[in-house]
This record gives sequence, C-alpha cells and structure tokens, in this order.
Amino acid sequence: MAALLELKNVHTYYGHIHALKGVDLEVNQGEIVTLIGSNGAGKSTTLRTISGMTRPKQGSVYLEGRDITGMKPNHIAALGIGHVPEGRRIFPLLTVKENLEIGAWNVQDRVEINRRMERAFELFPRLRERVEQKGGTLSGGEQQMLAISRALMSAPRVILLDEPSMGLAPVLVEGIFEIIKRINADGTTVLLVEQNAHMALEIAQRGYVLQTGTVVLQDMADILINDQMVRKVYLGEN
Amino acid sequence: MERTTQAANPFAGMVEWFSSPPVTGGWLYRFIIYPLLQMAVFIIGIAAFLTAAAYLIAFIIPNPRENIVLAEQINRQLPGMIISGISVGFVYSMIALGYTLVYGVLKFINFAHSEIFMVGSVVGFEIMQRIDEAGASQQWNPVVMVVTIVLSSMLASGLLAVLIERVAYRPLRNAPRLVPLISAIGVSFFLTDVVRATEAMLRNDFNLRYPTNDLNWLTDAIPLVIGGITVNIKPTSIIMVIGAVLTLLALNYFVNGTKLGRGVRAVSQDQSTAGLMRIDVNFMISLTFFIGGAFGGAAGALFGMNAGTITPYVGFIPGVKAFTAAVLGGIGNVTGSLLGGLTIGMLEAFLNGTLAYFPALGQRYTDIFVFAILIIVLIFRPGGLLGERVDEKV
Repeated sequence: MAALLELKNVHTYYGHIHALKGVDLEVNQGEIVTLIGSNGAGKSTTLRTISGMTRPKQGSVYLEGRDITGMKPNHIAALGIGHVPEGRRIFPLLTVKENLEIGAWNVQDRVEINRRMERAFELFPRLRERVEQKGGTLSGGEQQMLAISRALMSAPRVILLDEPSMGLAPVLVEGIFEIIKRINADGTTVLLVEQNAHMALEIAQRGYVLQTGTVVLQDMADILINDQMVRKVYLGEN
Repeated sequence: MERTTQAANPFAGMVEWFSSPPVTGGWLYRFIIYPLLQMAVFIIGIAAFLTAAAYLIAFIIPNPRENIVLAEQINRQLPGMIISGISVGFVYSMIALGYTLVYGVLKFINFAHSEIFMVGSVVGFEIMQRIDEAGASQQWNPVVMVVTIVLSSMLASGLLAVLIERVAYRPLRNAPRLVPLISAIGVSFFLTDVVRATEAMLRNDFNLRYPTNDLNWLTDAIPLVIGGITVNIKPTSIIMVIGAVLTLLALNYFVNGTKLGRGVRAVSQDQSTAGLMRIDVNFMISLTFFIGGAFGGAAGALFGMNAGTITPYVGFIPGVKAFTAAVLGGIGNVTGSLLGGLTIGMLEAFLNGTLAYFPALGQRYTDIFVFAILIIVLIFRPGGLLGERVDEKV
C-alpha cells in the first residue's frame, strides 16, 4: 500500500539557493511524523513544497500514490492537505468566525460548517470568546489556535504544522502539543515541523532530521530521542 | 516571547481594507440602513464643512470684485452646488472603487481604469443610439431604458477589465511593481485609440452625442424650491445618484455579506494563504477586476447621459480625479472611496460655483485645487483619511 504522503528525491530552489537537496520522506496514514532541524535546514520549504507554495525543480510529491507535483496550492489543498503555515498567517482583518469560514471554503453545507466550528471551539474554548474579534487583534497563542482550527475546518486527511510552538509561552506550548495528539487520535495524520525537538519527538511516532536540505537521519521517535547526535545538536545536551 | 511573534506578523504595513469595526445587527441594518446612514453622514459632513469654509472666505474677502458680495452669491448658489456635488461625487466614488478594489487585491494601481470608464461611456452611447435609430426611444419606459444602458455598460466594462488583467497584468504578476504599472499606461493609450478608430470607422466621427434630445424625461430640468431659492435639478443628476446608491449598496452586500466577498477580502489580505484555504486566487482576482470594471462602466454610462457628448478621451480627467478620491479616502479602503469621491465631487461643485467671482479665476481652474489635494495627501497622509496604516514592524 502506498504511503499517504511521499516525497521522492525532491529538490527545491529559491532563486539560486538550493534549499532542498533530494529529500525523501514518507508519512503513513494515522501517523504523527516530525521533521526536526535547525534554522534554514529546509523544514518549512519541505512543507511549502508539499502544499504547492513552492515548486520543486526535480523530484515528486505523491498523495496516496498520486503525483501532485506542480499542482496549484488550492488544488492540492482540495485533495485533503491542510497546511498551517509558518507565522500562522491569520487573515488579520477578518473576524475569527470569518477566518474559520474561509477554512471551510469547499464546504457548502451550513450545518456541517457549524458542526466543525463547534468542534474548533471545543478544542480551543478561547476562540469562542473571540469569535467576533478581528484575527489581527488576537494574541500570538490565540492566533496559533485559530490557524490550526482554520486548517481543520476543511477536515484534511493530513495536516502540515509549521512551528506551532514558535513564540508561545511554555504553558501554551504544552497545550498545543496536547491538541495535536488529540487531532491525531481523531484520525488526522500529522506532519509536524518543530524547533522544539524534544516535545515533537515525544508525541511523534517517527522523525526525520534535516540538515542543510538533506535528510541525515530518520528513525522511530523514541530511538531518535536517545540518539547521541540528536541529543547533542537538537536537544541541547552535552 | 509573545511580542516577537506579533512583530513577525507578515501583514504588517498593509493598508486596512475596512477600517471600521465589523457592523453587527440584522440584515436590513447591516446592508441597507447602515450604509445609507454612512452616505448621509458623509454628505452632510462634507457639505457642512465646505459651506463653513465658503462663508469663511466670504468673511475674509467680502468683495472679490466690485459690485460682487460673495456671501450673497454663496447664498444663492448653495443648494445647487450641494446637489451637483452629490451627483458628481457619487460618480467619482464609483470610479474610485475600481482603483481601490484592484489595489486591494493586487497592491497595484490600474491606470487603465479611466479607459474602462470611457468604454462604459461609449457602450452606453452605442446602446442608446441603437435604440434611437430603431425609432424606439419614445416607446421605452425611462427606467427600463436607463437600466438597460447602465447594465450593458457594466457588463462590457467588467468583461474588458477581466480581459485586460488576463492579458496585460497576470503575466507580469511576479515582475517588479513598476512593470505592470507601465503596462497599464500602455493599455490605457491602446484602448483610447482602438475606440477612436472603431467609432471613426463605424460613425465617421468620434465625438459621440447621446441621443437625448427628444426625451423630455431626460432633458427637462425639475424645479425644486429650497428655502425660497428655486434650483433646477437635471434628471440625469437624480439618475446618477440613484444608480450610484443602488450599486454601492450591492457592492457593500457583496463584499461583507457573501461568501465570495469574504474570499475576495481573504485574497486581498494574504494571497498565498488564501490559496492554502482552497480559494482559487486567480478567479478571485478576475472577479475583483470584473466588479471594479463594472462600476467604472456604470459610472461611464451615467456620466455620458449627463454630459451629452463624449469622446474616446473623456476618461482621463474623471479617472485621475477618481484616483485622487481613492487616495484621499485611503486607497484599498472601500468606505474611503465613497468618502473621497463625495469630497472631491463636492469640492469641485463648490469651486465651480464660486471661483468665477474672483478676478482672473474661473471654473477652469477648479482642477488646480483638486490635484493639489492629491499632492498634499500623498505627502502628508499617504494612507488617506480612512486608511489606517498598521505600523510596520520588523
């Protein structure tokens, strides 16, 4: 059986900068897979390449064996890939409710939209209090909640999370990781990019370590978390 | 920690599209009463301000010429100036919306918009001329006729705007920002001459006269007595105001009350994220051009009916004035276009009514003042009256 999401020898460039140098990656149905690595290793670029925001020069991206390389972002999203981009990218002048409605762009059924919105409020009760507030006026943590909820509104099969813990207070970070586990338990496959490697490896089943555009290590998360190199470089231990 | 992520907000520095807080309440209030109230407030506010300014000038310069008492002239002209200001102002608002909507989604000034307006005006003429040539203009119900003309112009200009975007702007979307601007100027000249050549071939003349002569409902002024002064109102002024108000209400409903409108707003705020949300960004951009173009077309037809005679060159000055209106209100801000258009229209009407009483000045110098506003706004408040600039944080 084909993996839910698969990257084969993907090379992506920004102008002349060779950002991904032949990345191979696999995400199976129901997994939480994490992608760790330092700044500029190509983690975000990997996600951007999957969702079609940047086109790879070489290599392919498959969703359930179907080649989606080079498709437009809106078409890729329609196939069931939800992307929570780096920096949250909330629509700042739309209200929380409107942001969520935009997330359910493809859903016509009003009842279904309301049901999913209720589900989002269940995960993040804070959003319910802010429902008529404009996205740009939310705090960083609230924006992250909104960004995740917005992606879930489309009921994606796989959700790509780009640094969901970035800039959040430690108490909020724990909460976000709890939510990610819950989302996964409800049947959504997760590909998680994180700088907080320890937290990420704790909730993930498998992990990939990216270094200057190449996968240097891949294994089960509980093995990676004990790996000498990972401990030293990414978990800050001596 | 929180603050650093706030600072990384990628929307920093963008001009607000809708600076007012979201309007809540029932459908009737949000889409009919509130916008109408807003228009009324703008009109009354601007009229009051300009009236006060006019009397202040009359106080400072009581006799600009011998035998002329400025205050008396203002007394006499005031109702006429206000009514004319409202009708011209609404037309400027409609054209300004075309600039502002396109700026909202692409952050780019569509300098061909004045020619989209002109084409609307020419199409309106063609439709009316054909009805007249068929000898049917007397039989048509006035309302049906005006609606037919305006809708035809809207459709033609809307489609033209979509075509221009597809051909002349979309291939340049990733080019430096000056490039599509130059392309727009090229399109502008191109359209002027294409229309001129077409009309020259078709009618052997490019001065196009709307066949309004034997239509009493369009030509006979309606006398209205305000405070003992009789003001003759042109029926076309009333048509312009009604047409503008209806289309503005429709636009407000579309942008704030429909799913597609929400999509357009999302695209205007963050194109790439809108794509991630499954929105077809190119379709939304085309739709925005269509709506902006249609507004230009409607304004063109109304303008043509009012002016009587038009030419392929008729777009430039109203276009630049409407651009001034859009900048004055805050480019990218829909409410700002309404405010800016009414302000410029009203100011122009006041100047037209009073400049003639000053030596060596006259109506023809009105534009000096209008364009001075453009320069002043660009220097001192580039965000315009309503365009709140969100602080640029790095």
